Amino acid sequence: MVGGSTPLVLAGCEERLSAVHPAGPAADIIATLWWVMLGGAAAIFLLVVVLLALAFRRDEGPSGETADKRRETVWIKGLGLGFTMTVLAALTAWGLLIGERLLPRPGPDIVTVEAEGRQWAWRFSYPDQPGRVTEDVLHIPAGRPVDVRITSTDVIHSFWVPRLAGKLDAIPGHVNVLRLEAWEPGEYAGVSAEFSGAGYRSHGFTVIAHDAAAWDAFLAEELP
Amino acid sequence: MTEKKRMTALRLHKALYPIWRNDPGWKGVLTTVNNNTIGNMFILGATGMFLAGGILAMLIRAQLASPRSAFMGPEIYNQIFTMHGTIMMFLFAIPFFEALTVFLLPGMLGTRDLAFPRLSSYGFWCYMIGSTIMIVALVAGVAPDGGWFMYPPLSSSAYSSGINTDIWLLGISFIEISAIGAAVEVVVTVLRYRAVGMSLDKLPIFAWYMLVVAVMILTAFPPMILGSLILELERAFDMPFFQAEHGGDSLLWQHLFWLFGHPEVYIIFLPAAGVISMVLPVMARTTLLGYGWVVAAAISLAVLSFGLWVHHMFTTGIPHMGLAFFSAVSTLVAVPTGVQIFAWIGTLWKGRPEMHLPMLWILGFFVTFVMGGLTGVMVAMVPFDWQAHDSYFVVAHLHYVLIGGYVFPMIAGIYYWMPVLTGRKRFFRMGETAFWLVMVGFHGTFLLLHWAGLLGMRRRIDTVEAGSGWESINLLASISGFVLAIGFGLVILDVAVNAFVAVRGPRNPWKAGTLEWATPIPGPSYNVASIPVISSRYPLHDNPDLPVQIARGEGFLAWPDRNRRETLAVSISRGEPEFISVFPKNTIVPFVMAVVTSVMFMAPVFKWYWLMFIAAAGVTVLALVWAWANGSRRDEGLLDAGRGVSLPPHTEVAYKPGWWGSLFLLLADSVLFGSLLFGYAFLWTVAPNWPPPRILQPGILGPVLALAGVALASSGIRLGDRAIREDGAPWRGLLASLAGLAALGAAAATVFAGTTYNAHAYDATLWVIAGYVIFHAGLAGLMVLFLLCRIGTGYVSARRFGDARVVRLWIDYAVLTAALGLGAAWLPGVLP
Repeated sequence: MVGGSTPLVLAGCEERLSAVHPAGPAADIIATLWWVMLGGAAAIFLLVVVLLALAFRRDEGPSGETADKRRETVWIKGLGLGFTMTVLAALTAWGLLIGERLLPRPGPDIVTVEAEGRQWAWRFSYPDQPGRVTEDVLHIPAGRPVDVRITSTDVIHSFWVPRLAGKLDAIPGHVNVLRLEAWEPGEYAGVSAEFSGAGYRSHGFTVIAHDAAAWDAFLAEELP
Repeated sequence: MTEKKRMTALRLHKALYPIWRNDPGWKGVLTTVNNNTIGNMFILGATGMFLAGGILAMLIRAQLASPRSAFMGPEIYNQIFTMHGTIMMFLFAIPFFEALTVFLLPGMLGTRDLAFPRLSSYGFWCYMIGSTIMIVALVAGVAPDGGWFMYPPLSSSAYSSGINTDIWLLGISFIEISAIGAAVEVVVTVLRYRAVGMSLDKLPIFAWYMLVVAVMILTAFPPMILGSLILELERAFDMPFFQAEHGGDSLLWQHLFWLFGHPEVYIIFLPAAGVISMVLPVMARTTLLGYGWVVAAAISLAVLSFGLWVHHMFTTGIPHMGLAFFSAVSTLVAVPTGVQIFAWIGTLWKGRPEMHLPMLWILGFFVTFVMGGLTGVMVAMVPFDWQAHDSYFVVAHLHYVLIGGYVFPMIAGIYYWMPVLTGRKRFFRMGETAFWLVMVGFHGTFLLLHWAGLLGMRRRIDTVEAGSGWESINLLASISGFVLAIGFGLVILDVAVNAFVAVRGPRNPWKAGTLEWATPIPGPSYNVASIPVISSRYPLHDNPDLPVQIARGEGFLAWPDRNRRETLAVSISRGEPEFISVFPKNTIVPFVMAVVTSVMFMAPVFKWYWLMFIAAAGVTVLALVWAWANGSRRDEGLLDAGRGVSLPPHTEVAYKPGWWGSLFLLLADSVLFGSLLFGYAFLWTVAPNWPPPRILQPGILGPVLALAGVALASSGIRLGDRAIREDGAPWRGLLASLAGLAALGAAAATVFAGTTYNAHAYDATLWVIAGYVIFHAGLAGLMVLFLLCRIGTGYVSARRFGDARVVRLWIDYAVLTAALGLGAAWLPGVLP
């Protein structure tokens, strides 16, 4: 793995919203995808620059129809079609596989929570403990897959905890389900990632991942 | 050249000049219909908008330079970034390539003007007036502030109650008139107005690109125009298209917007690719490698670009297999892009590249655009996009693509065509300095912003948080941003100084092979003194004497004996002479009509609907005046076109230019109608709170009226058309057709009676469908009345029946859409 995971203690304040300092499996898979794509992109970019530079360092090639036909074979069929299609097909297939792995599929041990965005706050509720509601703080168990059911009561928002998973929109009238998981107990920063007007910048929240004991305690707590 | 030959060219110029010139003085600015003049004004206007958008960019970078900047609050900042995006996309990028096309295309094709000169003028003035309104709104502090893609419900009246959003929706729709108008013109010009012998496989490659772009504009803009219309209807009359609790869906807007928004990116890129395909081979002293491949790549790019709008919506919760399809198309679109990139590099290898200033900018394009393309493939990967979406990674990506892939090639083009545009060669050499400032400034600004995005910096936040890890990146970006701005400023200064004070240059300094270099520079108002005959893609390489031969009148339509503006229309595929097109004189009607149209669009902002209806009536009257001016009251028969060829005038062909223009306008209209039906189906299947509480029952009256209308309208116009051609009495047929159109309108009106416009998104959609049917029936009816007046005053004869064919086209369209629209509206009511 190229990016690796950063233990919580090393992930200082500066990385609290970083997608490339993953703290859970979904963010980790995507971070790996990014580093591999960066390497591939850098290689392709270098290839193009070298080909461009060489064009200036050569003598004029042969002219005539046969020479042009050969050039079309090399440049257009070879590089333009063959090369780009191979790279892209491989990448697309991989992206599809990864996307499938990130989907909220049914399984044992899954915890469901509900997130409701509004201008400019988040309200979280817990079907495991009906009536329990928290504002701007989402409690989850660490080390277990969590499905967040996301919706909005006013305009469109987006639920994003970069160190745990990608973002998913909160749309009035719709419920979207995001699968995330935190490897370790701790606090993870979340923000809304869809522009929502004057209070957009500070439309954030915190995810607190508990160890098993603390999660049970949270659920068992008296209703506030 | 001998003295005698020079004399001939001069005499021909003296004969053509008084016919084609603009009115003198300031009046000429308002009445001109000349593509060179309008192109010049258009380029200046779009450059002005680039400066305005650039100033806003500098304000953004000033705000983000330091954490917790108190430079401006979110209320102002939101207007600034919304207007930066809006101006750069709608008021700079699209108009600038349209301007360049208006200017260059007739010269490249070897013809005298664009197909519809008055439409050039109307489009330009709509653009200038609309842009001015947007800038005034910005200065007055009532500019739109919901982001340039205006997502409801944030842009709905509940969350944006001011007039800001109305100004955006109506102002941008108004400005799009110029894009649609220019697109219709470009398509008809490329297809019908060319040098003789310029078959489609000999088109200058830029013309191919612009043909593709113009068709894309006609098919991509209508969804957004429809979206703007129904969002405005929701804001003004509470018709709940986007309100979930009443069966609307905010996602419908996103679909309509991105159905426009993604092709839009290629609409912007393809003209730039066209410029590169023209300039790069000349800079490498060779010809373009793989012309056919490049044309195929442009066409497939256009087709694919309509299949990937959903990649802007990967985070909206669409099922993953749906996303996978759009992800695959999004990466597939990189293939034709790759084909073009490698065709260009292959062209450089084939030739002997020389490092002139346009070449420098093209190299800047390669380096920047390839990086932008690669990050584009990254965000096409659905999982990665879940992280990168709406972050500064995307901001950086889109600036790499748009500045690297559009602005740099356009600058290359401006320097390359400067002799054609201004008649001068570059003398002051600030250009190289400016280039390096732009390069350093650009990458300094945007390269590390990718990283800031991955570190969690969201787009559209109004300040940078201290301790976020993004501060130093943003400070660097702000400093580099100002270097970039100085660089662009220097480019504009360099071009301006060279345009006004540099020495006159020689004709065709680059030794290019295409026809825009065949005219004296700067080009005369009639562009070519005679329409040349060509036999390859690079006529000036085959025949270096061609410019002289054109000037001496050795082509078609040289001597203007009939003392009017004439040019040659050719057959679509082979470029053989078909008829003589008579162009309109200078006129103020397009300018006045643009002013009145602006009133029609702006009155609803202030809810002055009475004024809107007065202005709409004014536009109708002006349109009739416009159409009336075109035609003849006598049969002319075959006319001498030069070179021993006789051709009819356009008034005596079955399908005159106006028919072709109508055809492509109706293409755009049909896409709008299709988007409306798409919206209806989308709401029915996806939106929450469906089915609606009450479904319309068609009853008997409506369907009977509709069937009678369809039969009468379409058979009536055909009877009338035949009567005209046989010198019979067309009255009965035309009146029957008029009655049929009235019946269609009445059938649609029964839909109003059976529904309540603001009860549910279903009702609201049906009202728009019925309104669409009534509007088109009314429009076609007006045309029938117009045709009756033309017949009464002698403009129509057995030879001159082109007007009837135009009316027939519009009636057929009205009938077809009425049948489809009313059928869709009634169908749910009859299903069990």
